[in-house]
Amino acid sequence: MPKDHGIGASTKRREDIRFLTGRGVYTDDMALHGQTFAVFVRSTVAHGRIKSINTAKAAGMPGVLAIFTGEDFKDVGGNPAGWLINSRDGTPMREPKRPVLAHGKVRHVGDAYAAVIAETYAQARDAAEQLAEDSVIEELPAIIDMKAAVADASNRVHDEIPDNLCFDWGWIEDNRAAVDAAMQAAPHKVTLELVNNRLVPNAMEPRASIGEYNPGTGDYKLTTTSQNPHLTRLLVAAFVLGIPENKLTVVAPDVGGGFGSKIYHYGEEALVLAAAKKLGRPVRWTAERSESFLTDAHGRDHVTKIELGCTKDGQILAIRTETLANVGAYLSNFSTATPTFLHGTLMAGPYKVPHVYVNVKTVFTNTAPVDAYRGAGRPEATFSLERVIDKMCRELNLDPFEVRRKNLLTPDQFPYTTPVGLVYDTGNYQATLDKAMAMADVSGFAKRAAESKARGKLRGMGLSTWIEACGIAPSHLVGILGSRVGLYDAATVRVNATGNISVMVGAHSHGQGHETVFPQIVAEKLGIPESSIEIVHGDTSKIPFGMGSYGSRSLAVCGTAMAKAVDKIIAKGKKIAAHMLEASEGDITFEDGKFQVAGTDKAKTFGEIAFSAYVPHNYPLETLEPGLEETAFYDPANFTYPAGAYICEVEVDEGTGKVDVVAFHCADDFGNVMNPLIVEGQVHGGVGQGIGQALCEFTAYDETGQLLTGSYMDYPMPRAEDVPFYNVDYSCQTPCTHNPLGVKGCGEAGAIGSPPAVVNAVIDALQRGGHTHVTHIDMPVSPSRVWSAING
Amino acid sequence: MTKVSMTVNGKAVSGEVEGRTLLSSFLREGLGLTGTHVGCDTSQCGACVVHVDGKPVKSCTVFAADVAGASVKTIEGMANADGSLSVIQQAFQDHHGLQCGFCTPGMVMSSAALLAENPKPTEAEVRHYLDGNICRCTGYHNIVKAVMAASGQDVSALAAE
Repeated sequence: MPKDHGIGASTKRREDIRFLTGRGVYTDDMALHGQTFAVFVRSTVAHGRIKSINTAKAAGMPGVLAIFTGEDFKDVGGNPAGWLINSRDGTPMREPKRPVLAHGKVRHVGDAYAAVIAETYAQARDAAEQLAEDSVIEELPAIIDMKAAVADASNRVHDEIPDNLCFDWGWIEDNRAAVDAAMQAAPHKVTLELVNNRLVPNAMEPRASIGEYNPGTGDYKLTTTSQNPHLTRLLVAAFVLGIPENKLTVVAPDVGGGFGSKIYHYGEEALVLAAAKKLGRPVRWTAERSESFLTDAHGRDHVTKIELGCTKDGQILAIRTETLANVGAYLSNFSTATPTFLHGTLMAGPYKVPHVYVNVKTVFTNTAPVDAYRGAGRPEATFSLERVIDKMCRELNLDPFEVRRKNLLTPDQFPYTTPVGLVYDTGNYQATLDKAMAMADVSGFAKRAAESKARGKLRGMGLSTWIEACGIAPSHLVGILGSRVGLYDAATVRVNATGNISVMVGAHSHGQGHETVFPQIVAEKLGIPESSIEIVHGDTSKIPFGMGSYGSRSLAVCGTAMAKAVDKIIAKGKKIAAHMLEASEGDITFEDGKFQVAGTDKAKTFGEIAFSAYVPHNYPLETLEPGLEETAFYDPANFTYPAGAYICEVEVDEGTGKVDVVAFHCADDFGNVMNPLIVEGQVHGGVGQGIGQALCEFTAYDETGQLLTGSYMDYPMPRAEDVPFYNVDYSCQTPCTHNPLGVKGCGEAGAIGSPPAVVNAVIDALQRGGHTHVTHIDMPVSPSRVWSAING
Repeated sequence: MTKVSMTVNGKAVSGEVEGRTLLSSFLREGLGLTGTHVGCDTSQCGACVVHVDGKPVKSCTVFAADVAGASVKTIEGMANADGSLSVIQQAFQDHHGLQCGFCTPGMVMSSAALLAENPKPTEAEVRHYLDGNICRCTGYHNIVKAVMAASGQDVSALAAE
C-alpha cells in the first residue's frame, strides 16, 4: 500500500492551485506604483567596435527618462566567472571583463550597449530604435568556428587574448603519459569525432527584472527570474555595483523554469538597479523571446574526439578525449566549470576503466555566452562515452548489453575511486540495467522490428548506461578545483507558538515542487501534518544564505540542511520536555509527534512543547533560551551519484529520414525517493529535453555570427507530438551513504542519459536496415541528416 | 486611444486601448489578469491562450479592439463557481501535469477547448491538438495523461503513481 503522506508519498503539489487558477506571481506580473520601463539597445553585428552613440535625439523623445551606455558602467566591476581553471602548463585561465553594458566593442549579436528608460514600454522601445539608428558600430570579422578561432591569432574576441583561448585543461595531466601508453598497447582502438549540439535553454518564462531604490533608506530591491537569489545578490552587490549586501534584497518570486539559464547574474539586473537609483522609481525589464534566444546563456556546444582502447572482447582499457568547448563571447558564472569539472570527472562513466585522460580547450567566439544547461557537462561526457562504446560494439560485433555488463562496476567495488578524481559512494548498475532490459522487453525486439518493417519502417534499439555527479557540491573539494564560492546550503525551521512551522530554505523552486516535498520530510520527522508546514524561499530578506537550486542539489544539500535543523528542533524539544515532565533529558523519546518519558505514559505533544517555548512559564530559562527556531548549514561530504540505464526504441522512415521515438524506458537509481509523483515528472521532463537535443534542437549561427535559429519559428522545440509516453522506474535504490535522507537527486538524469540512447537507437535501425556505412550521425538527428547519411 | 468593452470571465469590462494594444496586454496590464502569460513573440508558445466566444485564441496575436463586444474567458475564470478546481484543472493537479506553471494557463485553456470539441480524444489527438502549446518542464507525458483523464478515460496503465 503506497504511503499517503510523509516521505515516499505521492502528495499532490500544493503550488498547483495558484498556477492552475492564474494566481501565480511571476516577475512580469507585478505592477508597481511609479514604474518605468527599460529597453536595451543590442548589437546587430557579432563583432564590432563602438565608434559613437549619439543619445541626443532619443533623449528628447516622448516619455524618455534616462539613457545609459557602457560609459556609465566603465568604473564598476565586471560580472565574474565563478571558477578559476588553470591550463595544463599551470597558467590561470584568461578572464576578460564582462561589463554591465558593452564598452568599446560589442562581441555577439544581442550584446547590449545601451539602455533606454521611459514612462511606458512602447516609448522606451521607440527611443531604443532611434538610439540604435544614431549609433555607429564598425563591423569586424566575426569569430564563430572554434577551430578557426584558435588558429587565427590576428582576429580576437577580446583584444588582449591572442588565440581566443580561455584555457587548455588536462584531466588528469599527470596521467596523460600512462593513458597514451595504454591506448597504444590496446588490442583494439575506436575513434569517434562528434559534436554535442548547442542548445538554447528556453525556460518558458523569459528573463525579467525589476529594480527599486528607496532614497530614504538607501535600500535596493531586485525582483528577478533567478534560481538562486543569494548568489545573484552576492554577484550584483559585491562584485558588480559595489552595494553592501545588507542594502540589497533580491527576490525570486514564482519563476517559470530555469534549466540552468537562470543561475547566472546578467547585466540587465545591474542596469535596472542602477537606473532605479538614478530615477528614484522602479525600473522594469522583461525579455522578449527574441532577446532570450540572443542573450540567455546557451548550453553544450562541444566538438570532441574520443578514443577508446579495448580488448577484442570489449573490455575497456583506456579512454582519451580532446574537446573544443565554446564559451561564447564572455565567461558566464559557471561557464568554466561546466566543460571541465562537470564533464572531465565523469569520463569514466559507471565503468571500471583503468586509464582516462580528458583534454578541454575552451574557446571565445562571437556568440552568446555558453554555460550550464540541464545536466551541464555530464550530458556531454555521457554522450561521448555511450556513443563510442556503441561504436566499439559494432566494430567488434559485440552485444551492447553484454559489453556494458562486462564493464560496469559491481556493487562490491564501492566506494570506488575513479581515475578522474571522484569517489563513487554506492550503486548497483547491474540492477538498473536488468530492470531496463525487463521493462523494454529486449527479447521481444525482433518481433517488434518485424512489425515495423511490415509498416515500411526500420526499427532500432539504443542503450545508455549513465552516471552523474550531483548534489553540488563539497566546498572543500570544489575549492581545490577552482570554485570561488562554497556550495553548501542552509535552512531555518521556525516552529511558531501554536505549533505550525515555517521553513526558510536556500533552495529555490522554479518547477521542482519544493513547497510540497520539503514539508513531507519535515512532517515525517516531526509527526505532524504536512498542511501545518510552509516553505519560504526566494527572498534574501527572509531566507538564510543558501546557494539555490541547480545541479540536482535541492534535496541532497538543502534538504539535508533542513533535516538537520529539524533534528536540532527535536533535540531542544527534548530539553523542554524533560523540564516539563520532570525527567532526565536522556529518558525522553520523540516519536509520532510526542515527547515521552521512556517506559511511562508521561508525554507532551509537539504542540505543547512549541507553546511552552514561546510562553515559557514552566520552562528552564536559566539553562535554555526560549523560542523554537533552528538553522542548519550543510556542506556535503561528497557528490551524490545517481545512475541508471535507458533504452530507446525508434522507427526510422528511410524515405524521409524522419525518426520517431516509439518507446523510452528509464530505470534509475536515485537512492531514496521522497515523492514518486514529482520524481517521475522530473524524469519525464529531462527525457523530453534529451529527445529534443537528440532529434530536433539546434542553435545555428551563420559565418557572420547571425543567429539563424532565433525564434520558435526556427528553433525546433520538442512538442507534444514529438515525444512518446515514457516508461519510468526508480525501484532500484542504493541510498546515498553520506546524507541522512539517502537521496541522490533526479533533476538532470533524463537530460543526461537520454540523448545517446536515442542516437544509438537510430544507428541501430540504420545498421539493421543494411545501411552499414552509417556509424554516426551528429545531433540533432534530423530528417535531412538521416536521409543524407542513408543516401550519402 | 479608444474605448473598448467586452465581457471577461462573465463580467462586463471596458478600458482605453491604443490600436496596437494586444488582447494579452489588455488582460494583463489593463485588467490585472496576469494569469494569461506571454512566452514568445511569434505566436508559437501558446502560454497566452484564452477563449474568445468559446474558441481558443492566442491573445498575443489579437488586438484588444478587434474583440470588442466578445465574451472572453481566461484561466482566472476556469474554476467552478464555488472556487474549487474544474475537472480539467483538477486533472492537471492529480496527474502532475505542470511544474513551473508558466505554460499552464495556456495548456489548460487549450485542453478545455479540445475537450469541448472532442470529449474523448485519443492520445494522438491530444498531442496533435496541443502542438501550439510548448512546455519545457514536463516532457508532455503528464499533460497528455491529465487531458485524457479529464475526459473520463482510464489512464492508470500509463504509469504507476
